[in-house]
Amino acid sequence: MSFAIQTHALRKQFGTTLAVADLSLHVRAGEIFGFLGPNGAGKTTSIKMLLALVAPTSGTGRVLGAPIGDRAARARVGFLPEHFRFHDTLTAIELLRFHGRLYGLRGIALDARIDRLLTRVDLLDAADRPLRGYSKGMLQRVGLAQALLNDPQLVFLDEPTSGLDPLGRLLVRSIMDELRADGVAVFLNSHLLGEVEATCDRVAFVKRGRIVDERTLAAPNETLDVELRVACETPAIVDGLSRFGTNIEQPRPGTIVMRAPDEAAVPAIVGWLVQQGVAIHAVKPRRKSLEDVFLEVMGGDERPG
Amino acid sequence: MGNVMTVAHLTLVEARRRRIVLAGTLCALALLTVFSIGAVFAARATVSFVERQMTLTMMMLVGFMAANFLSVVFAILLPVDTLSGEIDSGVMQTLASKPMDRAEIVLGKWAGHLLLALAYLLLMSGGILLAMRVLAGFVPAGVGHAVPLLMLEIAVSLTVAVAGGARFSTVTNGIVAIGFYALAFIGGFVEQIGVFVGLPPLKTIGVLVSLVSPADSMWRLAAHYLQPDILRGSGALALDGSVPTPLMVWWAAGFTAFTLAYAIHAFRKRAL
Repeated sequence: MSFAIQTHALRKQFGTTLAVADLSLHVRAGEIFGFLGPNGAGKTTSIKMLLALVAPTSGTGRVLGAPIGDRAARARVGFLPEHFRFHDTLTAIELLRFHGRLYGLRGIALDARIDRLLTRVDLLDAADRPLRGYSKGMLQRVGLAQALLNDPQLVFLDEPTSGLDPLGRLLVRSIMDELRADGVAVFLNSHLLGEVEATCDRVAFVKRGRIVDERTLAAPNETLDVELRVACETPAIVDGLSRFGTNIEQPRPGTIVMRAPDEAAVPAIVGWLVQQGVAIHAVKPRRKSLEDVFLEVMGGDERPG
Repeated sequence: MGNVMTVAHLTLVEARRRRIVLAGTLCALALLTVFSIGAVFAARATVSFVERQMTLTMMMLVGFMAANFLSVVFAILLPVDTLSGEIDSGVMQTLASKPMDRAEIVLGKWAGHLLLALAYLLLMSGGILLAMRVLAGFVPAGVGHAVPLLMLEIAVSLTVAVAGGARFSTVTNGIVAIGFYALAFIGGFVEQIGVFVGLPPLKTIGVLVSLVSPADSMWRLAAHYLQPDILRGSGALALDGSVPTPLMVWWAAGFTAFTLAYAIHAFRKRAL
């Protein structure tokens, strides 16, 4: 398996402040990897270390197979910073031409690429306007175009949708899906857990500069809670359901809640209940939301950032 | 080299769009207008040939002094936030993540700003020389020696401001860069006074200050060359009591190269 990012015990200390204690992770090529944690957990510093904007105090890492900071590897990396700012007297086209030249792109090939990207982020009609007149959402979209100029194999997106309206978020989500389809790895840092849940293949939770949990999202073989609303829940029926799952409870009359081992168990449960002649009013399979998992992983000792 | 040119080009475009060039040009025109009026009146004075030459030489030196001061201020303020400001605003993160050495960013910004500052100095110097020639029929000696020295002074001051931006915040850098020039300025005066009143320790202090901050010594050497042979070293214009040696030119050039190397080193180490 090829990895876009591999790090081992990366650590960053600013004076007496420990920003990142131990960053050890693997991001696969072609996956969207969510990097989650409360404010001040060390997420942005971690991204900066991976981009060689900040030198690690200790530890090692490889990006696209090369040591962190390697110039050839950086030519295949795109980056949209959290607070995307640029020389606001430039127009979008001038900005992208400038960045394109720094990637070694020139002439017609660069202009064609710029045209395609501005169309993709829906900014073609504003391409000749100075950036100082852009809204926050427009700046974020032109920043995204900037991050994709070089046809990257790895893209770092630091809060890419914080300034976007719902349509803008959908646009970014569809671009991330396209990147995944093209085999591009996306390292996504976002506070919007719903968005992460909808787009990411895997996530890592970082707390006080240390990765405390890492998991795959939307796995069909993962346990899920099932709420059953039935006409009669006799003890025999409740006992019988235990063959399909665990944690069976009756929170109120006519309702049974249980934990099923995977999605495949749901039709089996329904089939068995029908066989037993039980009238079923509703079946609600429910996975733990990412927010539930986030709160569980972070524990009660974290304060709002 | 391509990346250096790209960054330098952006620096020039930015300066034009932010109306820095326009503001600088308007200041230069105001100074040249006042100077031209002075030159006209100085040329009309009915005095002896020697007195006329002295008056016009004084007039030209004052013009160059003002032009030099304005150019130095321009050279310091122009790049004062170019690194620190972009680091603070986050602009630098996008730039430095590109496949380029950080030295290319420093060199590109340095070259772009230096080009602008030198063009500004040449505009002012050219304006003064033109006004003296057309309005007073006066052509100073030693311009070929003096102007390159003033260019070196601009390079020293600008490089200090760029290096400070790699290390300090914008405001701190502004204070350091202006203080650095002020130190050279006062050091030059201390040296002159030391010679004028015959106090060698004062002269020594002035020379030492010039070694630490060599910008003003380039102006004093340039002023020496701008005077006619008969006035040089006479002390008649109170600018010429102690003339820096030609070795000081090499020192200033070396100082600039060293400061630029430090800027690159500091910027490479800086967390962005």
